[in-house]
Amino acid sequence: MSELKVTPMKPRMQAEEASGAGVSIQAKVEAAAATAAINPEELRREHAQRQQEQQERIEELDRDTLHRLLYQMVLIRRFEEKAAEAYTLGKIGGFCHLYIGQEAVAVGALGALRPDDYVLTSYRDHGHSLAKGTSPDEVMAELYGKAGGCSAGKGGSMHLFDAGVNFLGGHAIVGGQIPLATGVAFAAKYRGTDQVTLVFFGEAAVNQGAFHESLNMAQLWKLPCIFICENNQYGMGTSLERAMSLQDVSQKAPAYNMAGEFVDGMDVLDVYQATKRAVERARTESLPTLLEIRTYRFMGHSMSDPGNYRTRAEIEKHQERDPIVVFRNNLKEKGTLDDAAMNDIEQRVREAVERALQFAESSPEPAPEELFTHIYANPPRQDA
Amino acid sequence: MPVITMREALNQAMREEMHRDENIFLMGEEVASYQGAYKVSKGLLDEFGDKRVIDSPITELGFAGLGVGAAMVGLRPIIEFMTFNFSILATDQIVNSAAKMLYMSGGQFKIPIVFRGPGGSAYQVSSQHSQAIESWFAHFPGLKVVMPSTPADAKGLLKSAIRDDDPVIFIEQERMYGNKGEVSDDPEFMIPLGVAEVKREGTDATIVARSLMVPIALKAAEELEKQGVSVEVIDPRTIRPFDTETIIRSVMKTNRVVIAEESHPFCGVGAEISAQIMERAFDYLDAPVKRVSGVDAPMPYAKNLEKLAIPDLPRLVAAVREVSYLD
Repeated sequence: MSELKVTPMKPRMQAEEASGAGVSIQAKVEAAAATAAINPEELRREHAQRQQEQQERIEELDRDTLHRLLYQMVLIRRFEEKAAEAYTLGKIGGFCHLYIGQEAVAVGALGALRPDDYVLTSYRDHGHSLAKGTSPDEVMAELYGKAGGCSAGKGGSMHLFDAGVNFLGGHAIVGGQIPLATGVAFAAKYRGTDQVTLVFFGEAAVNQGAFHESLNMAQLWKLPCIFICENNQYGMGTSLERAMSLQDVSQKAPAYNMAGEFVDGMDVLDVYQATKRAVERARTESLPTLLEIRTYRFMGHSMSDPGNYRTRAEIEKHQERDPIVVFRNNLKEKGTLDDAAMNDIEQRVREAVERALQFAESSPEPAPEELFTHIYANPPRQDA
Repeated sequence: MPVITMREALNQAMREEMHRDENIFLMGEEVASYQGAYKVSKGLLDEFGDKRVIDSPITELGFAGLGVGAAMVGLRPIIEFMTFNFSILATDQIVNSAAKMLYMSGGQFKIPIVFRGPGGSAYQVSSQHSQAIESWFAHFPGLKVVMPSTPADAKGLLKSAIRDDDPVIFIEQERMYGNKGEVSDDPEFMIPLGVAEVKREGTDATIVARSLMVPIALKAAEELEKQGVSVEVIDPRTIRPFDTETIIRSVMKTNRVVIAEESHPFCGVGAEISAQIMERAFDYLDAPVKRVSGVDAPMPYAKNLEKLAIPDLPRLVAAVREVSYLD
């Protein structure tokens, strides 16, 4: 049975406005901003309600869990800020897709897992890898293209892998990881383990056939797979409204007779609890779930994105609900976090990120002969 | 040794391997209840149950990707495409996931998977159901590509493919399923990947043929024998890894080469073989390498046109005579 929770607060513009032919993107952005015109009173009420909800959730969890979640979110934020700096200095090449603004999704969802559960995601994968337990040293070294990287310098930002913590990648063809995750879940069921597989993808991947084929198979064969749509509302520069006919992603679950839920991605505890419910369903009943987790990326699609498809006002509106700031403030208000504890978290994060940078700097480049290793597990005779 | 069909040989290979290793499962369209669109999986559902022999929806990208994911965590899937024409829908998962996973993960995730099914020309099914696409897959490092031409090769190579730790594209010729031959019933009968076989020894010219072209090349060799030309026929059997050595050795002996293939000539496997011969044995050639390929046109439906589209015995005989400067 589907458990649908429809949100009262989705920013929305009418489809006909969104698709107006011949209108420039800039005009569409302005029009969207006007329709989404922020009523300050309404926004305050909404934020107050969300704050109330998170504070109630805080009461249900122990201090260690709460502090761990906060630590991980801060770690991802500071790690990526440093990665962005390193990118502008030319230390990191290629594409670098930052996760800043979306930290609550990876941290909340992965917090609900057992260490032996599996995780796969898209190319925006730094946060998931860190939250799954990959060493920041190895993630940073991978971004630097060094031998000490978690993929030995062969994957880069978009292809982080860490078999040791069951982090199964970083996949860079939009939606490509969704069938893979379905197969990982299939294998767990085949073997009779109760391991759960979590797969993350953006809302733009929902328009790919891979998404629909996977959901169909997962429900048909009752696979313990949790499909997490991180709806950050833009597929690169194209807004959800301009790309998707039915924009309630969680509503796609009933089309496959699958359980689906809408989750506030700016509230790490909403994500944590929703994922817990889905994990329980997967682990005990071997059933999949589709979670639509509404979030927002504060940075561009990648480091090279000028971001002229959305307004400053829109970004600022979302930054008011920065998942880290909101969580920190709520923890403080509930008396679960004092300044000393917060300083301790910031200090530990600073040290971890500094260590990661030093590790990446000092790690050697891959040896030239690495060009031809790992092509085959059983190399052909003439290549051996 | 028992004489069985190619279809039965493939069936035996899967059956024996599935008995040996319970991590192997077979998934594809109509592989279970229907017993396989071409009956290659006949009886496997009854023997191994629906946990290991699984009918999939018509969702090639989906179940190919599912197989790759299952292989990432240690299962050994056999993914059947009802025909390789439909694998085109799954190429993203084959090329971007299966072929590159080991490399881009720095050696952490191997993908032991077999993608198999019929390919090449079929009988009067027009262009979307009748084509040879091995060159697509052979292009990519990370994949292995196998094309057997006899029941024994089919069995021995499929068993090796299943035991191999890399993704293997295993293309069975649709017209050859009923071909018969002697096949060992030893459960450890294997043919290693990457080893060509000299199907017939000769001294005057070499035909490099694969899949459907092998029996035609052997007939051409018989025909040419009567005309006083001794032809060596080499079947690479595996397109990747490719056993260049065996071919070069033959070229050094015969100095004349014809490459026979069903696929289109442009950027085909024959072009690659020709380039390798040119690079490594140019001084041994007494004539330019000659390709006899499928025509550079989509496969037509009409029987007479279809016949013209695929290399046949007279064209092969004429090609050998041409490189031998006999006409």
